[in-house]
Amino acid sequence: MKQTSADFLLNAHQTLINPDLRQRMDALGSHLVSVRDKAMDELGNFEELRKHVKSVKDHTLDNLDLYLRQFEEQVVMNGGHVHWARDSGELNDIVLEICRRHDARTVGKGKSMITEETGLTAHLEQADLEVTETDLGEYIMQLAGEPPGHIVGPALHKSAAEIRQLFLDKHPLGSRSLEDPPAMVQEARKILRERFLNTDVGIIGSNALVAETGQTMLVTNEGNGDLVSTLPKVQIVCASIEKVLPRPEDAMAQLRLLVGSAIGTRVTAYTSFYSGPRRPEDIDGPEEYHVVLLDNRRSEIIGSNYQDMLACMRCGACLNHCPVYIGAGGSAYGWAYPGPMGSVLTPLLTGLEQSSDLPNACTGCGRCAEVCPADIPLPDLLRDLRVELQEQKITPWRWRWGLKLHGWLLRSPRLYQAITGLTIKVLHKMGRRRGKFHSLPVAKGWTEVRDFPAPENGTFMQQWKQRQGKESDSE
Amino acid sequence: MPDNQPHTVGLFVTCLADLIRPSVAFSTITLLEDAGCRVEVPLEQTCCGQPAYNNGAIDDTRPLARQVIQRFAEYPYVVTPSGSCAGMIKHHYPKLFEEYPQWRARAEDLAARTWEITSFLVEVMDYQPPQLAEEDRERAITYHDSCAGLRELGIKQQPRTLLQRSGANLAEMQSTEVCCGFGGTFCTKMPEISEKMVSDKLEQARATGAELLLGGDLGCLMNISGRASRMGDTLEVRHITELLAGQLDGPAIGEGET
Repeated sequence: MKQTSADFLLNAHQTLINPDLRQRMDALGSHLVSVRDKAMDELGNFEELRKHVKSVKDHTLDNLDLYLRQFEEQVVMNGGHVHWARDSGELNDIVLEICRRHDARTVGKGKSMITEETGLTAHLEQADLEVTETDLGEYIMQLAGEPPGHIVGPALHKSAAEIRQLFLDKHPLGSRSLEDPPAMVQEARKILRERFLNTDVGIIGSNALVAETGQTMLVTNEGNGDLVSTLPKVQIVCASIEKVLPRPEDAMAQLRLLVGSAIGTRVTAYTSFYSGPRRPEDIDGPEEYHVVLLDNRRSEIIGSNYQDMLACMRCGACLNHCPVYIGAGGSAYGWAYPGPMGSVLTPLLTGLEQSSDLPNACTGCGRCAEVCPADIPLPDLLRDLRVELQEQKITPWRWRWGLKLHGWLLRSPRLYQAITGLTIKVLHKMGRRRGKFHSLPVAKGWTEVRDFPAPENGTFMQQWKQRQGKESDSE
Repeated sequence: MPDNQPHTVGLFVTCLADLIRPSVAFSTITLLEDAGCRVEVPLEQTCCGQPAYNNGAIDDTRPLARQVIQRFAEYPYVVTPSGSCAGMIKHHYPKLFEEYPQWRARAEDLAARTWEITSFLVEVMDYQPPQLAEEDRERAITYHDSCAGLRELGIKQQPRTLLQRSGANLAEMQSTEVCCGFGGTFCTKMPEISEKMVSDKLEQARATGAELLLGGDLGCLMNISGRASRMGDTLEVRHITELLAGQLDGPAIGEGET
């Protein structure tokens, strides 16, 4: 997909100047935070379970080649096909090729972040295929022609009024009122039902690939994933390589954390395990079953200090708990993945040069790591990326040299104290009456939105030395 | 207190208290002495290195960390009026020297001796602060949990214990654990997002009805008071040590001299 991460601040500005959007982002955050917290309280063993899931994930990533091979063997044994895609282009080509082989005209998609990452929809549309997103949130975003704003709820930032207008504009159904959300849902359902029945190829994502059985697991709340999987002749599952887990029970353990962290319930409405093409004794199912496994630089992350990031289960809890995400909005991040997990993943998968703001879009508050069900040290990984920004000299030279000079001065305490002693005296004289500065040329970013306090009369070190001097005089 | 010997404490002043608000360091000394400690201030101290560290300038951070490790090598306790500086020393210094075993051992040694002021007063000294003046007991006070102290060091109950013991009337914010938008250099790199966060914080503080907001980290407090004053809001903002030590004579953060 087209990436606009380089415009992070500009994109965030668009959210921040839109009062309705701000309000909805706030509501999104506070709702999903409270349901998540409640669900994890009820779970009772969050820490224990996340430790367990992390150890399984660590083990799997350390032996990824083994489990991927096992998964492939099992899929083939079940009568399916496995394809390996090194990058987005390869995945898109593989999927298009399958569609062409079946003379497909229509494609129905379940929710899949991997295909967001690769920009599959645009690729298929360019080849004259009619692609329908069947997850309601994704469908809304497709109608709007915008990328999803959240990895779990793509359209959570859209108001009912906006969605209503979108439906009125885009659905050729004549005049109607579409008064309330249920009416809108009914309308979308009617349209999507028809599409399901006329879909040649169904494409879905996956929450876990089970090595032992060759199954792919998918959780949804609308059941659309099952409809695009069982009705069309051809089913294609798109997943990235790190989604593999050894056994079904590992997928289920992860599921308990995933769902509660994402939407605060114990399970989703639908939890499906797809096992391959329809067998003679089955009453339904696809004739052909394909799994396309995407690398897209993930194999480079294995063994690096960012390996923990590959444990991410895409629950979105870090987004919901991140005050920077809530402020900036999902579109600010400019690619498939927003929020803290996106700020780590986007530079790793697309390069630091075009996403250099993202590692800085963090106050280090640590709330994301606190709630992350995969126990990913997100603030630490973001700091590691800032180290790379420094080392690759992507950080602007003013910052780099400013920090160097500051560091050098801090290592020369006497000089530092002489300089700060003088500066603080001057600033105190200038600011003592008002108590603050409305603008300070050296701290523009600060005084743009807030006043800077006038310092007290002399640094602590000056005052302390004075007092000590007086004490020893009087002795 | 386990014995009658006064504890010797090395005070890590922090750069912000040194430059902007020495009264935080002085009230910290007052509290430590009142708790029965002997306070020493190594003169050759500057900063813990967070600005460089959090900007990814690791090579500029290590020399600063070594400087702090050396200056504070002799004190049985090192105390600082900041959760984020204490977190830097306790949590991040050892990580900085992962590949330097000798320094790593020294960093870990310092980490074990370093305390944020409210947790030191409660956990080590079991300190009973003096009762607040009547007018301070009567007014509602709210407390902002700074992120580094809260999540790196588990500082949550300690300041509240001290406030309770001093007779303060605490009115809690709804989401006191949400970041105020300071984040070190974050607030200058992304001022517009920071503005939204600090405005939310201010709104929360106002909703409690409190006239005084306290916290344990000057960075956050300067951010909150700076935004308040920009908005024409008269919320009084101070470091918790100022109230506990009864040093409220001087102007609050960002307040003019009268």
